[in-house]
Amino acid sequence: MSWSSISALVLRYLYLYTRNPIRMIELLFWPLVHLLVWGFLTEFLQKHTTDSFPHEITYLIGAVILWDVLFRAQQGVAIFFLEDVWSRNLLNVFAAPVTNADYLFATYIVGFMRATVTSTLLVVLSLVLYSFNIFTLSWALIPFLFNLLVFGWALGMISTALIVRWGPAAETLAWAVPFFIQPFAAVFYPLNDLPAGVQVISKSLPCTYVFEGMRSGLRDGVVPMNDLLMATGLNVVYLALAGLLFVRVMAKAREKGLLTKFASQ
Amino acid sequence: MSQPVLSVKKITKTFGDFTAVDQLSFEIGKGKVLGLLGANGAGKTTAINMVLGIISPTSGGVEVFGEDLTKSRIAILRRMNFCSTYTQLPGNLTVRQNLKVFGKLYRVKNLKQRIDEVLGLLEISQLKDRVSGHLSAGESTRLNLCKALLNRPELLLLDEPTASLDPDIADKVRKVVKRVRDEEGTTMLYTSHNMRDVEEVCDEIVFMHKGKILVSGTNEEVKQHFEEESLEDVFIRVARSGDIEAKRLKEAKK
Repeated sequence: MSWSSISALVLRYLYLYTRNPIRMIELLFWPLVHLLVWGFLTEFLQKHTTDSFPHEITYLIGAVILWDVLFRAQQGVAIFFLEDVWSRNLLNVFAAPVTNADYLFATYIVGFMRATVTSTLLVVLSLVLYSFNIFTLSWALIPFLFNLLVFGWALGMISTALIVRWGPAAETLAWAVPFFIQPFAAVFYPLNDLPAGVQVISKSLPCTYVFEGMRSGLRDGVVPMNDLLMATGLNVVYLALAGLLFVRVMAKAREKGLLTKFASQ
Repeated sequence: MSQPVLSVKKITKTFGDFTAVDQLSFEIGKGKVLGLLGANGAGKTTAINMVLGIISPTSGGVEVFGEDLTKSRIAILRRMNFCSTYTQLPGNLTVRQNLKVFGKLYRVKNLKQRIDEVLGLLEISQLKDRVSGHLSAGESTRLNLCKALLNRPELLLLDEPTASLDPDIADKVRKVVKRVRDEEGTTMLYTSHNMRDVEEVCDEIVFMHKGKILVSGTNEEVKQHFEEESLEDVFIRVARSGDIEAKRLKEAKK
């Protein structure tokens, strides 16, 4: 890996945002809308339900924050590729001395930066607006967040690989892929409340254990190590498989001339 | 010829039933400019993309600086560069920002100074803080060429660098290409539909038709093959009756 290549690719991305502050809307607007909608819903439910579960309802806000970490990390990887497609710069990048590893590592950094910007905003606003403090989970929050970040990267690589394979018409996958798994990931509801058949799918997703762990940690005040270990183990598998898929699809793209098709769009 | 800078050995590229490049072979010696010519669809751009490693050959191989492209691709790419009319630099970055990004990608030393040099060479220093997307076609092409010259490439691939340029800007681009060739001894692979470019810039040419080499040699040799006065006439003849010419040349060889 070359740090010079990685930093150049990240710099390109930073220039995009500093030159066009309007792009920050994409990073800030939708997360803010989700927070407000789920925050107000939480307040409404708290007012109109019995005392037996008002506390659990606040988990919805935590779920919004954590989901956005995953989503922004995935977007960092997938949109990174599309930016080059849109600007007809793809061949310049892939004809430059950039390895797959350089490229992927740059997308990871961008995904991390995107997730950091959005989650910082959401954490602060959820505290100010709804008195919800995600840091009740203390240090355990960091490995949980890291797991979401890693799963986001894996989904981003899968999204990019599918777009490369199926061409520009598949661009929409950059936004759709995370939402394919959202219903199964126990983001807003506990795993046990899902139908038995669906739980099988849910248990194969690393993020399910993060959301379960968050609820359990906030409820009991104890770090659920089992959830953390399951999420980490599954993430290792997903990251390796997604990386393999990406490398294979790029090799296939060179064989079939797919990258040049993007350039001539 | 001493060890060639670029050696293309019987490369073939097929996409399903279609053969885009068929057993293409050529070499370019240090400091020489080879023109790769042919009508649209002849296989020039596919050949260039194989030299860049963006498309992998179905068979055959490419050696650059004596190294196998598939084995040492990254090290080779650091010493070469390319400029194509089919690519652009990100339109929402300024000229300087784009060159800074690519300068870092190619590990250019004294980058700031080098950026000023290439902008001066292409006579677009006044545009360095302009957003790239707001440049005219001619300015944009010159910016692409700036990017291609940033790392002082030993091998430069130019894919139709003067396409869509007005005669004045095309002339300026040609002069820069010649200056780089003469002063820095840069080896070049040059594709163009502009035969004036080719006659002024290229030492040798390879004429392609349907992925195959129809004829190769110096400008004069190629003109003699076809008994034409200019490359423009040769080009038109090949474009209009390439199959007949291919058959004729094959029989003449026998």
